Amino acid sequence: MIFLQLFYVFFIIGLFGFGGGYAMISMIQGEVVTHYHWLTTQEFTDIVAVSQMTPGPIGINTATFAGYRAVVNAGYPPMMGAMGSALATFAEVLPQFLLMIIVLRMLMKYWEHPVKKMIFSALRPTIVGLIAAASLLLMTPENFSSMAVSPWQFCISIFLFSATFIGIFCFNVSPIRMICLCGVAGFLLYY
Amino acid sequence: MGICIEGFRTCFKIGLFTLGGGYAMIPIMQREVVDRHKWLSEEDFLDIISLSQALPGVFAVNMSAYIGYRLKGVLGAILFALGTVLPSFIIILLIALCFHNYSQWHWLEAIFKGVRPAVVALIAVPCVRMWKTAGIKLTTVWVPVLTALLIWLVGISPVWIIVAVVVGAYLYGRVLKMEDKEDGL
Repeated sequence: MIFLQLFYVFFIIGLFGFGGGYAMISMIQGEVVTHYHWLTTQEFTDIVAVSQMTPGPIGINTATFAGYRAVVNAGYPPMMGAMGSALATFAEVLPQFLLMIIVLRMLMKYWEHPVKKMIFSALRPTIVGLIAAASLLLMTPENFSSMAVSPWQFCISIFLFSATFIGIFCFNVSPIRMICLCGVAGFLLYY
Repeated sequence: MGICIEGFRTCFKIGLFTLGGGYAMIPIMQREVVDRHKWLSEEDFLDIISLSQALPGVFAVNMSAYIGYRLKGVLGAILFALGTVLPSFIIILLIALCFHNYSQWHWLEAIFKGVRPAVVALIAVPCVRMWKTAGIKLTTVWVPVLTALLIWLVGISPVWIIVAVVVGAYLYGRVLKMEDKEDGL
């Protein structure tokens, strides 16, 4: 019963979750916390924080965590909780996966069609703007701190930002290496 | 088959280092998929982002499923998507099973104070790098600028902007360029 519910809820979330992880958070919260009470608000806040501190898409992290808690809270042993995790994650990814295959199948037929080519070449400059907006939206005091709250942290943040940008753009350093270096710098400077 | 295993491995690595949401994945994926393995061209890569953004669900999964499908069909899509999902699934499951007071991890918080500004830079790089591939010239530079401002300042969802551009380009193509009615789309 709980497994059916989990599958249904996360399938719906996956199907209607437009606009990426952060847009999906409120939808997940509505179902998982407010409607089904699988997680408390405190637990949900924790998992959002943990998602920001661990790798991976936030939608996947929340599904995995909520799947586990829902099954364990219903009185099953932890091993069944792991099954709940897998089921919730699978259910969330399934609709977008099927949609992607269907859309690609249709697109392949018109791959060389001038109208398809025109639509995609019109989209390309738009996508550059979209990515620019994503990075502008992340330039917040939560990520950089601010001059008023902590000038020390703010200056370090600006430095790490510039170093990463220059490292990747001018010197072609691997982004993964830059992330690791900045993690080490954060550990040494703040801990 | 080799390409499927290699793709799974690559996606696993990308999933493991994707901090701060799907967009941070773009430069890592571009480096692996376009520069290193040369599986796709840079134009193709931009098209992946448009389609992934237009469809619902987790952005990172859409991107890897698309790439997998282009390379090896449905099997490729499954393996690439699985590779992307697995690292975060394993990590969160371990946390759910073993740890309870994760809000007390001060060392992890310290690391992330350093990583977050880097993630923002990670997302800023492809903007500049894709400038040429995207075909942005003096006459079209208003498109990315207007898009960024609409999303950043007005708060319009990127999905609507993509829908508007698709409809606009389709109508433009229909009305101005295609007069022959035979090949429908």
